[in-house]
Order: sequence, then structure tokens, then C-alpha cells
Amino acid sequence: MKIPSLFRRSVWALPAGLAMAAALPAPFAAAAATINKGDTAWMLLATILVILMTLPGLALFYGGLARSKNVLSIFMQVFICFSLISVLWFAYGYSVAFSNGNAFFGGFSKAMLAGVDITTMAATFSKETYVPELVYVVFQLTFAAITPALIVGAFAERMKFSAVLIFLVIWFTFSYLPAAHMVWWWAGPDAYTLSPDNIDVVKATVGEQAAADFLAKLAAATDEVAKAAVLADYSAAASAYNGWLFNWGAIDFAGGSVVHINAGVAGLVCAIVLGKRVGLGKEPMAPHNLVLTVIGASLLWVGWFGFNAGSNLEASGGAALAMTNSFVATAAAAMSWMFAEWIVKGHPSVLGALSGAVAGLVAVTPAAGYAGPMGAIVLGLIAGSVCFIFCTTVKNAIGYDDSLDVFGVHCIGGIIGAILTGVLVSPGLGGTGITDYVLKPGEGVIAEFAMRAQVLSQLKAVAVTILWSGIGSAILYKVVDLLIGLRPTVEQEREGLDIAAHGERAYNY
Amino acid sequence: MKYIIAIIKPFKLEEVREALGGLGIQGITVTEVKGHGRQRGHTEFYRGAEYTVSFVPKVKLELAVDSAMADRVIEAIQTTGQTGQIGDGKIFVLPMEQAVRIRTGETGQAAL
Repeated sequence: MKIPSLFRRSVWALPAGLAMAAALPAPFAAAAATINKGDTAWMLLATILVILMTLPGLALFYGGLARSKNVLSIFMQVFICFSLISVLWFAYGYSVAFSNGNAFFGGFSKAMLAGVDITTMAATFSKETYVPELVYVVFQLTFAAITPALIVGAFAERMKFSAVLIFLVIWFTFSYLPAAHMVWWWAGPDAYTLSPDNIDVVKATVGEQAAADFLAKLAAATDEVAKAAVLADYSAAASAYNGWLFNWGAIDFAGGSVVHINAGVAGLVCAIVLGKRVGLGKEPMAPHNLVLTVIGASLLWVGWFGFNAGSNLEASGGAALAMTNSFVATAAAAMSWMFAEWIVKGHPSVLGALSGAVAGLVAVTPAAGYAGPMGAIVLGLIAGSVCFIFCTTVKNAIGYDDSLDVFGVHCIGGIIGAILTGVLVSPGLGGTGITDYVLKPGEGVIAEFAMRAQVLSQLKAVAVTILWSGIGSAILYKVVDLLIGLRPTVEQEREGLDIAAHGERAYNY
Repeated sequence: MKYIIAIIKPFKLEEVREALGGLGIQGITVTEVKGHGRQRGHTEFYRGAEYTVSFVPKVKLELAVDSAMADRVIEAIQTTGQTGQIGDGKIFVLPMEQAVRIRTGETGQAAL
């Protein structure tokens, strides 16, 4: 795979991404690879927190916003999405997202979890620090499951259940998996340690012959410049199987692009292709139970700590930073939306405050482990207000029916977060900086930070995600529409999907 | 016998019921309803979507009374149910043909 010229020989900066090394072939283990019970315990807990976000967090959040005659259909779509994706993840999803293939899709080497067992390991962001691979598999499963479930909000109350199922399977396969692979898949921190102590990992990464060559060249290098040149060459070689956007230097801590922009754009496309709900504007479509929505949003906030802090992959200060940012950005965004609504519309509403909080969570997702807390507050303030404007003024002006504001909150919030991550990661602004894993073999070093280049990488990644998801989703909806039709009949929609599709009534009193 | 239907504001229910009890009325049916008269609804705002809610919650009372009592009942409901603001409600009086107590089979006045 050709490495883009973004990598310069003189100043090598390999951005930290969120992904795992290829499982090192058993029974092989990296030099001094260690598994820490604290890390493992934390990751298991984080996984459970993210499950809680979907079941029942997201289901309640969306369910309360829908009309009572459709609430069960929302729950059904979210629950079944989770179940369906779980099966597909183990069948082929994990392999296609997190194994070597090409720059866009992984391979099938781990389909049905081949080669993955309780002894295999997955890398973290620190050298020689691993977690059991199964932990990583289930943690990433929760992300894969919640992403398509987010889109449910865009076609709520007016899409056939069979069409939903087919759409979820194909969208997961062709939009989520490549996004996860492109943004997060990399060789892992230990692959970038070019040193004789690490010979086994180097061989596993670039092959025996190349390993010997590089090590010989490194030993022969006489000064720092020559050494840097060898290391840069080695980095390029080690990055051969990395995701496309990862190699561009784009950073996304917990999935601002992979999850939120991805699902958000698909939601907008869906809302447009599907058309408006029957009776929109004339019949009352107010949320039937905001109490459910509040409970759901609260579960989302709490669970999101697992989503963001768990994406640190270790129980360390980095996880605490991600948790801190998930506190302050969310709080700032909730207040920001609330005050904006108070000023513009005259009332601060509960739904507004919740929406603001979710917008803040979405925006801080790519930045959680990179920004400093003060930067996170600024991020939240911006995300809350901008998403408010989008969900009210812009949406009404354009006139699309995104029932539950998947685009306005997730896509717009995700874009704000993705771009500002490139700014807020700067050490000058309190951020963590980008780690260079190759400069000092065995250590991660904070590289010199180039904000313009970083923001440019972020913009490119955002653009790719939007185009891939947007175009892909549009084609996909059309295909499903031609196959079995997307919408229920008008009578079914009026009667309510709970009765029409599921034969059940939510409230029997 | 008369059948009286009264639509009143929900928070007035207790006062009206007590007044009716004072008159010796022993049976009353209460339903929660929505409605409007000349009172307009209000606007609710959910995240970018404005909804004009035309219907306001009210309470409907239904009671069967002896014709002789009807006027006093109407007066009682009207005085206690009144606030002076729009939306106080209305009282409707219908002639009633028959009443039966299910437990005993009594009819007419004895059933009231």
C-alpha cells in the first residue's frame, strides 16, 4: 500500500489512533507484553456501560420522543439491531474491522473469531501493554451495535421492520466496518519499536527479511539524521496495513466519525429518501412520554463514560482525562443549548437540555482522550449552541423530517468535535499532543504539534466519512426500496407500527 | 328526572363534589376529558417543532338528579366551579327517561 506523502522523513509523527494490533500469532507474545488485571477489569466494566447506553438508554431516549402508538416499534428496532449486530460481529464484523486486509476493509482471517481465544491479546496505546483480545472484541462490539441503532431515530415511526433489518445488515457491513477499519486499525504501538530486543514483533510486522534489513540499517546509521531516516522508512513499512484515514493522521478517540458522523449522515439521507411522516405539520406528533426520554438520556450520559473513557483501553490517567472531558463538555453543552433556547424561544425546556447534553457527548467523543478539560468546556459550549441552531432553524428551513434529530445532533456534533479535536489536542491548549511511537524505540514520545496539518487531516477524514456514508446509504436505501419497499402503507402508519408491525400495544389501560 | 353533564376545570373537582354532597347528591361519575370552547389552545415547543395544542384538559361530571333538585344542583356547580377566567366550562341538562339500581332493581326516583 502506498503511504501518502504526508509522512515526511525529517519530522516523523505517527498519530495515535484507536485500534488494535493484529493478534500476534499464537503462541507468540511480544517482548515483555503484559496484561494488567486492572486494565482488563476496567475494560469489561466499560463494555457493560456501553451496552447500557443502547439497552435501554437509546431505546428509552428515542421511545419517549415517539408517539405512543409507535413506541414499541422503536424499542424493537433498537433491541433487534443490537442482537443482530452482535451475531454479525462475531461472524465477520470483528475480522473485517480489525484485521489486516487493505486500507478500507480488513480480511476474514478472524471470521468466527478464528484464532481468538482467552489467551490471545490486543494492544493498547502504550507499548508492551495489552488486554485480552476477547475483551477488545466485546468492547468494540458495543460500538458496532449502537451505531446503526442511532439511525433508527431518523426513520422512526415510518419504516417497515423487514426493511429495517435488511438495511441494518448491509449498512453495518459496508458503512460501519470500513469506517472502523479506516480510522482505527493500525499495527499497534509495539510494531513501531525498531530494536533488536523487539525482533519478534518487527518480524511479525514487516516480515523476516525486511526486519533483518531494517535492523541492520539502524545499526549502521551513524548520526541522528540517518537514524531518523531509517525509522521513518520503517514506520512507513509497518503502517502498510493501517486504515486509510489512520495513515492520514486523522485522530478519533472514541468514534466521532466512525459512529456519529457515519450514523448522522445515514440518518439524513434516510429522512430525505423515506419522506415525511404522514400528517406531519397537521397532526399532533409531540413526544408521548418525556419521562422515558429523560431516563434514556441519563443512561446515555452515564454509559458514555464507558464509551469515551473505555476507549483509552487502559485504566490510567488517560481514561480519567476522557472521563473528565465527558463530564465538562456535556455539562457545558447542556447549559449552552438551554440558554440558547431560553433566549431564542423564551423557555428553557427539558428536551432542549437533554439534547444539548447529547450533543456535547457526541462532540467530545473524538476529543475525549486528547483535549484538555478547559478545551472540552469550550467544545461543549460550541456544540450545544450550534446543534440547537441546526435542529431548530436549519431543519425547519430545509424541511426534512429527521424525526429524532439524528443528523442535527450526531452528524453536526460529530463534525464539530472531529474538527476541534485537531485544535484542542495541541499541548499549547492543554491537550495531550500526538504520540510518536517510532522516534525512540520502546517509548512513546509527544511529537511536535502542527495544528494546521492536524486540522487538515481531521477535515479530510470528516469529508471521507460524510461522502462514504452519504453516498453508500443513498444507494442502499434505494436498493432496499426496490427489493421490498421501505415504508408501511398509509393505513399502517396511521394505525401505528406497534399494532401494524408487531401486533402489540404498549399501554393497555 | 334530569341528567346533568358538567365540564369543569380539573382543579375545581373537589370543591364541586363537596357542594353536591352538601345538597344530598350521592352518585356522580367523573371522566377526564380534553376540549375547548372559545378558549384557544396554547403552543408547545419540542426541539424545533412547534405544536399548537388545541385541547385543554378538563373534567366531565355526570349525574342523574330528581327534576326538583336540578336547579339547585346547577346553581351549586356553577358557583363552586367558577373562577371568572375563560375555560370555566359548561353545564348541560338533558331529560332522563329512566334510572335503575343494578343491585336491587329499584327504578325511578328510588334509584337515584
